[in-house]
Formats: sequence, structure tokens, C-alpha cells
Amino acid sequence: MSEYNFAYLDEQTKRMIRRAILKGLAVPGYQVPFASREMPMPYGWGTGGVQVSAATLTPEDTFKVIDQGADDTTNAVSIRKFFENTADVETTEETEKATVIQTRHRIPEAKLTEDQILVYQVPIPEPLRFLEPRETETRKMHSLEEYGLMHVKLYEDISQHGAISTSYAYPVKVSDRYVMDPSPIPKFDNPKLEMDAIQLFGAGREQRIYAVPPHTKVVSLDFEDYPFEATKADHPCDLCGAEDSYLDEVIMDDAGNRMFVCSDTDYCRSRRAAGHVGRLAEEGAA
Amino acid sequence: MSAQTQFSGGFQNAPIDAAHAFRAAMTVMARPGEIRTVSGSEPPAPLSVAAGTLLLTLCDPETKVHLAGATDTDAVRQWLAFHTGAPVSDATEANFAVGTWQELGLLSQYRIGTAEYPDRSATLIVECTDLRQAGAALSGPGIRGTAHLSLPDISAFQGNAVLYPLGCDFFFTCGDKVAALPRSTQIRAEG
Repeated sequence: MSEYNFAYLDEQTKRMIRRAILKGLAVPGYQVPFASREMPMPYGWGTGGVQVSAATLTPEDTFKVIDQGADDTTNAVSIRKFFENTADVETTEETEKATVIQTRHRIPEAKLTEDQILVYQVPIPEPLRFLEPRETETRKMHSLEEYGLMHVKLYEDISQHGAISTSYAYPVKVSDRYVMDPSPIPKFDNPKLEMDAIQLFGAGREQRIYAVPPHTKVVSLDFEDYPFEATKADHPCDLCGAEDSYLDEVIMDDAGNRMFVCSDTDYCRSRRAAGHVGRLAEEGAA
Repeated sequence: MSAQTQFSGGFQNAPIDAAHAFRAAMTVMARPGEIRTVSGSEPPAPLSVAAGTLLLTLCDPETKVHLAGATDTDAVRQWLAFHTGAPVSDATEANFAVGTWQELGLLSQYRIGTAEYPDRSATLIVECTDLRQAGAALSGPGIRGTAHLSLPDISAFQGNAVLYPLGCDFFFTCGDKVAALPRSTQIRAEG
């Protein structure tokens, strides 16, 4: 064990974060201000998620970190190592074995259970920020439940592009009250926001924590004649053949060849281990 | 165990004990109606183990604590001051309040937050003689269908829920057991 306090943060900081998490759970979708600390990594690398994870972890937890679905990217590896060193927790890449999952910009494909906690890294927690830069105004808009501007934005999508072109960080209304930014997850993941696990959101630079308890109503904003649509690339995964998972497009060469692979690396790995084969799987295995 | 003093009865291993207690507190707040156990503290009477553990987990010099009724003893004040440094306040200013339902008094005297900052509201730790998954029917965020919890009152909590998104949040403690009722929960008398 290192010389750091358990899970890096001092106890008073953790208590402050824990109080914010409890208020966030009591008012689903509402952004609770908190005194975000400097972390030993730059803002934008998940400092909000790291602080929420630090306040949530116990020594018995099994911790998983994904970055755009992948366990093996720099961000995910460094955060996983950070908590291996400072909290002495078990880590895993398998979604089913994890009790706390910190994520950047994806929800795992596997259905999460009641015993799991999903911690999101959030860059801009305020869904209205790009429409109204003043915090005093957005706070007033939330307090008055005045979300007309957001519908205007979605309407302008339709008038310009013929469809709601917002494809990630798609705004949702939580428990019929607060409009919330689900962090930049693809809108393919939006239907999964109603889940059995506890969802916690941490924005370090913006100093906000918010939460969605299990079984909470989460509705993606839309119009009757332009209903919300969870979209993905119309293609099966080239490694595991999955047709139900969110895909990344990978450029293979400068001749226009490309492949589609599951963004959730653990989902893809477990499907291949179970014998599923995609179009390019043999080349990948060789 | 030696005789209880103001210096005894704290966490043996503060980071780990607090982490375990918080996970239980978070779980019950996220799932109204669930009951978990918490331990690690030995607070002076009349505080229960669960109430004492919640105070140690959540309170520090930044939070005002209201000791209602019989909980306002010299022993409790000294224990709280030594282990948390939390200032004791009256009900109207408190971030946290602890006591039995009768001792806590009228809900209207506690902070319910403001329209722009609904998080600036009191959390009440209600000491109960009995805590079971029976009685009042609960529904809302965190609950699949309906849950049941033995609440000490119905109409007061219904009145609190009407204030949503403002309102107080509640922990119920009995021995080492803890349950919670956030303001988002809808309450019906029978289910």
C-alpha cells in the first residue's frame, strides 16, 4: 500500500463529495456544485469521475475503467493504475465482474445489475451551456423548468438537416423534471440510461456532480413527428459479428478500406471467446 | 472496551469505515425502501450505532448539526465535537439533524433549499424504534414498482414530497440498520 490516504483524497474532501452525491441522488438530474480538487492528472482526463470513484470505492470493490468503450486506452489504463496504487482495489476488464465502472463516453453493452455503480466522466455538465453561456441564466432556467431553448435547438437541427442531427450528448429529461446532459455518450446509449445500476456523473473542471438512481424515468427529448431514434452504423462488427452493439469505424489504408468494430472491447472479446466470428475476424486473429 | 469517553467510539480505521458506511448510505438513498446495516462507531447514548456512523461519515466542520430533544446531551456534543468538529446549530440552519421523529419537530423549520440550489437543504437522521420493509408504499426514482417502509408519519412526508425539487431528505436509523427517503419519493399510506 502506498503512503496516500485510501483512494488518494483526504477524508474531508471525500465527505464533501459524498454529501454532494447524496443530494444528487435525492434530486435526480440536478447538478450539485462541489469543490472539485486538483487531481494528479489534467482536467479533461476524467478528474470529476476520478473524484466520484474515490469517494465511492471500498477496498472490496472490483474496478473497471473504459474510455469510449475500450479498456486499453491511455486514459483508462492510467486511471485503473491510479486506483490500483492508491485504493488497492481489484481491477478487471470484464463488465460482469466489476462493481464500480468508471466510463468516458459509453455505457457498456452488457446489461448492468443492481450491484454495480456506473461513474461517468463529464466534460460539460450543463446541457444548456452552448445555448446560454451564463451560469446565472441556466440556473434560473432549470429552476423555472424553462427548457424551450433546448427544443428550439432540436427543431433547428430538423429545419437544417431534416432530422435531429445531435448524435452524442443527446439531452434527456430525468424523472419529468430536470433536463440533463448524459455526458457525450452516443445517442445509441440513451435508452440504457434507465437501468438497474446507480449512475453517478462527475465534472471536475466544471465542479458539478449529478446522479440518476436505478429505475428512474429518463426520456430523450424529441418531437411527436420526429421521435427520438437510437442510431448506430448500419453494419455488423467485423471482428465478432455483433449487430446490436455500437461500432467504431476504423480506416484501414489510404485506398478507402475500412472496418467496423465494437466500441465496447470487452463485449467484443467475450463474443469472440464464445465463438462468434465477424467478416475480418481471421485476419485480426492471425 | 474501556469506559466510554468523548475520545472513544470513533472509527477504528476512518477511511475504510467511512467508505463502507457511505456505500450503505448511498445505496439506501438511491433505493428508497432498502435497509442496510452500518457500523464502526460507538456513539454515546441515546444515539444509535447507525446514526452515530452516519454523523461520522458525513459531518465535519463545514456542516451544522442540530441535536434534537434527548440527543442534545453534553456527552453527544463532546463526542461530535471531538470526532467531527461539526458545529451544533438550531434546526433552522442545520445541514444535518438527528433525533426521534417527535424530537425533530415540525418539518417546516428545516432548510428545504432554494429554487436554484435545491441541494442546500437539511438531511434529517430520524431515530426509530422499529425499521421494517412494511407499511407506507413508496414509488418514484430508485424504486422498481413499489417499495414499503415503516415510516413514523405519512402526511408530513407527503407534504415534503410535494415541495419537489425542494424539500428535506431523510435517513431512518434503528440500531445498526439504516434506510432512507429522498424528497423524490411518492408516498401512499397503504399499499
